Amino acid sequence: MARAVTPRRKLITTIAAWTVALIIFFPVLWMILTSFKTEASAVANPPEFFSADWTLENYAEVWARSDYPRFFWNSVVISVGSTLLGLLVAVPSAWAMAFVPGKKTKDLLMWMLSTKMMPAVAVMIPLYLLFQRLGLIDTKTGLVFALMLMNLPIIIWMLYTYFKEIPGEILEASRMDGASLWGEIVHVLTPMALPGIASTMLLNIILAWNEAFWTIVLTTTKAAPLSAFIASFSAPQGLFYAKLSAASAMAIMPILILGWFSQKQLVRGLTFGAVK
Amino acid sequence: MSTQSSRLAARFMVAPSVVLLLIWMVVPLAMTLYYSFRLYRLLSPDRTGWVGFNNYLWFINSPDFWLALFNTLALVGGVLIITVVLGMLIALLIDQPVKGQGILRILVIAPFFVMPPVAASIWENLFMHPQNGLFAAVARGFGAEPILFLENYPMLSVIGIVSWEWLPFTTLILLTALQSLSSEQLEAAEMDGASALSRFRYIILPHATRAITVVILIQTIFLLGIFGEIFTTTQGGPGSASTTLPYMIFKQAIAAKDIGRAAAGGIIAVILANIVAYFLMRSIGKHLDA
Repeated sequence: MARAVTPRRKLITTIAAWTVALIIFFPVLWMILTSFKTEASAVANPPEFFSADWTLENYAEVWARSDYPRFFWNSVVISVGSTLLGLLVAVPSAWAMAFVPGKKTKDLLMWMLSTKMMPAVAVMIPLYLLFQRLGLIDTKTGLVFALMLMNLPIIIWMLYTYFKEIPGEILEASRMDGASLWGEIVHVLTPMALPGIASTMLLNIILAWNEAFWTIVLTTTKAAPLSAFIASFSAPQGLFYAKLSAASAMAIMPILILGWFSQKQLVRGLTFGAVK
Repeated sequence: MSTQSSRLAARFMVAPSVVLLLIWMVVPLAMTLYYSFRLYRLLSPDRTGWVGFNNYLWFINSPDFWLALFNTLALVGGVLIITVVLGMLIALLIDQPVKGQGILRILVIAPFFVMPPVAASIWENLFMHPQNGLFAAVARGFGAEPILFLENYPMLSVIGIVSWEWLPFTTLILLTALQSLSSEQLEAAEMDGASALSRFRYIILPHATRAITVVILIQTIFLLGIFGEIFTTTQGGPGSASTTLPYMIFKQAIAAKDIGRAAAGGIIAVILANIVAYFLMRSIGKHLDA
């Protein structure tokens, strides 16, 4: 909707838009600022914006006192692992539903999405007992499977909407040329679907990274990712604002940076193809 | 044109997802259903047996139940209204020709990447805390008493926190929808003397219907299960003031260690989610051609 406007109007809307954006971003900014203050400065009254005693102490302390690298590695393994496994299952399914749709395809997609409406708490106990029986409590394998299944409907939906946009004629042409089903997938579909698969992957890594229910319920120490680490950190640490902020910043920074780099693709994927 | 063989192949390709999701859904659900009719308390593991609908009756007759039900719906409805209205206003603003739109998008989307325990702890400690929070400092600056957000307005505070987390999602999807609107149409309407309000009502809003539908659908799915934000901030309190249905079930299972009653609550929550899903799909599903 780019229209010619007066410079005056542009100035006013620019100021208004920046004000709103900064208000929305402010809690994150404030947390990052707090993480660089001393504990005394963090709770100073009145609050210190620019005159605070800046320090890197909090990061050093959180790093020394907690096993941050392990939590970080667990988060990476669980979020990337569950996403890759999910793609492995979802790509063929989404492909089939997009290119060989039946009468029931739409109902099937809706049903898949509706499985996500089941409140996790409602099935917490049975799943915990099942995981215990299978020896999967506090293991990365267990969480990879749990988060894969949790996000599978979203993965399928996103892929489906991306695949739907690939013109079917191209597939027919390759079929005429005698390409096998497998050849079709490898040589024709995959190159065209790669951007869609990539943004699906990104979104699901973010969703899995930020998942904070199953990670808390199904882990204790060994396999706990950053979301469980933060939940445990805020409890005993009490009012150590600066250290809590440093730990929080360390937990969200990797995904914040990944998200910022990929935000355009993410938004497009999140609309499930309904918004062009 | 799909042939017989490709249709068969397609079935095989869909099957793994369907089977996995069925197992993921049916097995825990069947176990929950089974426990919901059993006496099963972790503190007295020897006493077991069938209790009919007693667990359900206890859950529904519990004074917390209707409050929890109300709170759950208030949370979903409240966050939806706040994020859609504010999201639309912000999207309309950012869609104007402004300087630095790219950086604006980056600032606005940030809360979406913040994991729920961190989001909740930022708001609880750095902003809403009655002594050290920024809000309290602002209140003192004006010579007023700090507001006890989580003590006196626990549900509204939780709705506020969750709205902040979801506002970026709504804003950016609505912004994407607005940006695909042709400017000629709006300019023509403007020249014909249509007011800003009627341009919004008759051109922008109909264009954004599908986007709003998607926003409501996706958000409802996630909002029905909100847990971490309440767990981190109010723990469902004070008393039961901010207990939602998922949190009430959690309390039965973890604090009271009554698996039977928690399971009955779980089944009630699943039924509620299905009712919501049914109305949602019926009322807005038609805007989505899958």
